[in-house]
Amino acid sequence: MESFKIRLAMKNLLWIQGLSCNGNTQSILNAENPQIYELFSKINLLYHPSLSVENNVLDIVEDIYRDRLSLDFLVVEGAITNNKNFHKIGDYSIGEIIEKLKNKARYIIAIGNCAVFGNIPSLYKENKDIKGLQFKFKEKEGFLPSDFKTSSGYPVINIPGCPSHPAWFTQTIITLYYEKPLILDKFNRPKELFMYLSHDGCIRNEYFEWKYEAEEFGHKEGCLFYNLGCRGPITHAPCNKILWNRVSSKTRAGMPCIGCTEYDFPLRENYFETKKNIGIPEEVPLGVSKRAYITISGVAKTLKNERVSKKLEETD
Amino acid sequence: MPRTAKKERKKLEIIKTACKLFAEQGYYNTTIPDIADALNMSVGNLYNYFNSKEELAKYIMQYSSKLLGEEIKKINEIDISTREKVFLLVKRFIEIAEENPELIDYFLRVFLSNREVFSEGCEGFLCVQEVVTEIMLFLEEGVRKGDLRNQDLFVAFVSIMGPLGGIVFLKGEGMLMKEPIEYADELAENIWRALKSD
Ligand code: SF4
Repeated sequence: MESFKIRLAMKNLLWIQGLSCNGNTQSILNAENPQIYELFSKINLLYHPSLSVENNVLDIVEDIYRDRLSLDFLVVEGAITNNKNFHKIGDYSIGEIIEKLKNKARYIIAIGNCAVFGNIPSLYKENKDIKGLQFKFKEKEGFLPSDFKTSSGYPVINIPGCPSHPAWFTQTIITLYYEKPLILDKFNRPKELFMYLSHDGCIRNEYFEWKYEAEEFGHKEGCLFYNLGCRGPITHAPCNKILWNRVSSKTRAGMPCIGCTEYDFPLRENYFETKKNIGIPEEVPLGVSKRAYITISGVAKTLKNERVSKKLEETD
Repeated sequence: MPRTAKKERKKLEIIKTACKLFAEQGYYNTTIPDIADALNMSVGNLYNYFNSKEELAKYIMQYSSKLLGEEIKKINEIDISTREKVFLLVKRFIEIAEENPELIDYFLRVFLSNREVFSEGCEGFLCVQEVVTEIMLFLEEGVRKGDLRNQDLFVAFVSIMGPLGGIVFLKGEGMLMKEPIEYADELAENIWRALKSD
């Protein structure tokens, strides 16, 4: 009886999926500090499509809708559509489920680039009605109106990434759990996480500064910006601050950042190639004009840094 | 006149005179006292402006680069077609060369001929950064718009600067039949053809 009371007093979380590859679920299963079971010992997990065996999601949705059950956190993974040929939960489209729950949840959290921006599912030519919760790519033309807010006063809180890092999710949930304020950026991403660029903290910064460019993947030396398409200086994500599996990141391992936390992630081509015009990158690091970029690169290249031109093992 | 503006004006005077002397007598045959003499200045006073002949030599390049770079920047920022920009660029370059013949002479006879003077602090594009940057920006924009061919940067760069340098050199040698500006449109047409996308 005692434990039942505690559970009643606990905050509830419902995780639902739209058009999704399940990637964010896979990611969250790898959460550490807190681990997923630690998180859900504090928060009552009403239902998760990959974890729940006994509970029926439609009963839970109905109970929330009829105010028989409170909903603190609605977590949505995957893009949203009203077209049942593309996605169905029972007899409902994912859009209809969101409609039922949108005014019941204290917080709605979109997890992963599909729920945030529509991402790859939004490229379907056969169905134009696939969106993120509050955005479709760059535009605030998602499934929910642009001025939509939940009862907490927040819009949909966006945690993009393809997939997102488990700590981005747990950190956000814990902040909200303790009713601490969250500052959001213009894409409604928590600033605490997304004010960093994935370039920040990359161990290749020295090569970036001196314009020593890698020609191949996987080497310890060289920056991946100029030849191999690295989006680090253009992408908001703390990938080199909060490491993946606590040990590494793409760019540390010698693979370029592919910009998967940004709205235009699926809109680009040739992910492993830097688009250049006459040898000049079409897109330059954030905050810098092309004129400034060309000037500083020219100077850096001319001045040369002995250290970066050597294999790391051969440096003094 | 505020002191800094006055100082800048004096520097400009020194540059013009030094340029002329360097070009006429050669860099090594021209001394700081020669330059001071020509300016009716004391040697000590001249050193208030430049610490050494080498510093003066480099400053002249930086000054010229700024002057030309700012002009190209203006052209870059005008909303006209890429082809029109090429024509305007050629015209402005020749005008500037006509207005500042001593700078051109200096570039051809000192900067290009005494590379050792410029090997530290002026190596590569360091002292001509503004011009190079603006030309690169011009080329990048042209390619991005689809007007120019996505070719090697250095090939494109010399396709612009080569003919321009050539025509002012010929003028300096007294070889041209007409005034350089009268060749502007034909030169621009050639440069445009070397760069355009189809
Ligand atoms: S590899 Fe990418 S993230 Fe790392 S320094 Fe270079 S540009 Fe920045």
